[in-house]
Amino acid sequence: MRAESTYVPKSRLAKWLESRLPVGGLIHSSFVVFPNPRNLNYWWTFGGILSFMLAAQIVTGVVLAMHYTPQSSLAFASIEHIMRDVNYGWLLRYAHANGASMFFLALYIHMFRGMYYGSYKAPREVLWLFGVILFLLAIATAFTGYVLPWGQMSFWGATVITSLFSAIPWVGDSITTWLWGGYAVDNATLNRFFSLHYLLPFMIAGVVVLHIWALHVHGSNNPAGVEKKTAKDTLPFHPYFTVKDGFALVCFLAFFAWFVFYVPNYLSNADNYIEANPLLTPVHIVPEWYYLPFYAILRSIPSKLGGTAAMFAAVVIIAFLPWLDTSKVKSAAYRPLYQIFFWLFVACAVLLGYMGSQPPEGGYVIAARVLTVYYFLYFLVILPLLGRFEKPRPLPPTICDAVLGKRGQAAAADANPLQAHEPGQ
Amino acid sequence: MRLVFGRAIGLTFGAFLAAALGPGAAKVLAADEAPPGPAEKQEQPNPPRQEWSFYGLFGGYDQAQLQRGFQVYHEVCSNCHSLELVAFRNLADPGGPGFTEAQVKALAATYKIKDGPNDAGEMFERPGRPSDYFPWNFANVQAATAALGAAPPDMSLLAKARTYERGFPLFLIDPIIQYQEQGADYIDALLNGYTNDNDLNWNKYFPGHKITMPKPLSDGLVDYADGSPKTVPQYAKDVSAFLMWAAEPKLEERKRLGLRVLIFLAVYALLVFAVKKKIWSRSKVKAGLDLP
Repeated sequence: MRAESTYVPKSRLAKWLESRLPVGGLIHSSFVVFPNPRNLNYWWTFGGILSFMLAAQIVTGVVLAMHYTPQSSLAFASIEHIMRDVNYGWLLRYAHANGASMFFLALYIHMFRGMYYGSYKAPREVLWLFGVILFLLAIATAFTGYVLPWGQMSFWGATVITSLFSAIPWVGDSITTWLWGGYAVDNATLNRFFSLHYLLPFMIAGVVVLHIWALHVHGSNNPAGVEKKTAKDTLPFHPYFTVKDGFALVCFLAFFAWFVFYVPNYLSNADNYIEANPLLTPVHIVPEWYYLPFYAILRSIPSKLGGTAAMFAAVVIIAFLPWLDTSKVKSAAYRPLYQIFFWLFVACAVLLGYMGSQPPEGGYVIAARVLTVYYFLYFLVILPLLGRFEKPRPLPPTICDAVLGKRGQAAAADANPLQAHEPGQ
Repeated sequence: MRLVFGRAIGLTFGAFLAAALGPGAAKVLAADEAPPGPAEKQEQPNPPRQEWSFYGLFGGYDQAQLQRGFQVYHEVCSNCHSLELVAFRNLADPGGPGFTEAQVKALAATYKIKDGPNDAGEMFERPGRPSDYFPWNFANVQAATAALGAAPPDMSLLAKARTYERGFPLFLIDPIIQYQEQGADYIDALLNGYTNDNDLNWNKYFPGHKITMPKPLSDGLVDYADGSPKTVPQYAKDVSAFLMWAAEPKLEERKRLGLRVLIFLAVYALLVFAVKKKIWSRSKVKAGLDLP
């Protein structure tokens, strides 16, 4: 059910361009008349929010790069130069640093929404895979970015995470040296991380285009999890979803602004206001909050190689969801058992994050291990079995029925022609 | 006035949250305001929370306090600590201690700044200018370590580089009540924390209690011109506020702009919501489902 391009260029310039590059038609069919399921709720607005945040990060980042010095003895001072001497430099930097957190917050909500409503299932597996690639790229981008201020946590975080590669048998040490560009995290590491941090966001932007392309083949999934069948199930993207996404974005920006203007250092670590010192290890090395669940998984396995493997597996396993979840029913709204296990999984992820922020000792380690077991059980055992044994509730025949209930069915039977009911007649 | 307003808003939020979360949360909030009890599991107690003029939605610096705090820094701290990210000119910047340009110029001239090389290829000393940064009494970290036993940390970012664990669930409430002054509270507590008269290197709030810096302040040490009490608690509070400014000189500008941004976004959100309601009211008509 793809939108046919009904775009008719009006001006002479638009006609001239359209006959040479039909970009107007592409935009019109993708973002104006594109038929979206009419029942999309506010959890579906985070895709638009993420696009906005990516653009905001690129804009603030490009300007920050104009004032930043990627040199290990100057980097820390150049950040403070931005904070103190550059016009609105404090705003750019706080918006960029907190923007990364906001990006991940929106990303995690977006991912959990996809999991709750089964958005990864056929025919949207490729769309999901592009999403996992975006997640991996976002992780790499944020990690390289966090190193740039060259504070204590930048330096030691980079040391801990890059050292993980040394756990790989035979070639580990060589790989680590290659990543560092030397025998320790140093100026060469900072230089390449800066280069990558500038490169990766544009790769993200490229994959976002593929992500949206794949999305527009079958259109969005929806809370009912049944595919759109007739025009009654849908509403045009503009104005219905542009205004809904817009409202959600403004609310999200208010939340974002609260952090930028009033608690700009809440989400970061105080130790990162101390310049990197290779001779002084901080008492607790803690990554940014959005890595904490994976950090907890890393630390809960009592072997460096095992922990590293488990941490990477915890990210990569998300790519296999379309095949691990054997249920034909998409939306959790019609899967009573799945709903329970899903919310347990959300709680498990949040608690893993808390364990990751605590020192690796005593009860925290035991709790992290139990949670790690559930994390992997959810993907490898619960989801494959649930599809066989769960009895789903009856699905609504169409999206229209899901939205309007019995009244909608009566309406559908009535089958009024659409045109006769345009407003203003 | 600003302070009262900010506190009122913070407390309203806190009370709202407490009501939402039940009596348990209320207890937690009360505990948050009270001075910490004896250390139980922790090695050292948490610093007591102070009232700061720069706290909250309408927070800003108290110029007189920053000037007193600078005096404490200038006469006491600067003997050992550097302040390398702050320039003399910053003392006259808006949102700061509010010294006049003439005062800053006079102050800078009292410092000797190493400059050069000159045309003859020699380094030379000249009087400081407002554009110079505060020089350090030591040539380098090694010299300071040799003289003092440990290198005193640079003070430019100290108020943001120090903190203490708030723990669950307080850390969830902090962003809502806008508690961002952990660093200032810690420095203030530390300066008041030399409570063992037999050991001037014992500090109640320092991790592990053994601190290389001996008790730096004593009553009457700094002669305030404005009649403020010449006591250690007053010195500690003033210099903590000064260090908060040194670490976050754009705080006032940030909070002023933030308020305008939040008001704009709130109004804009309401407008967009009204438009959204209006547009979506047509949606049922659009699909031919506008049955009575």
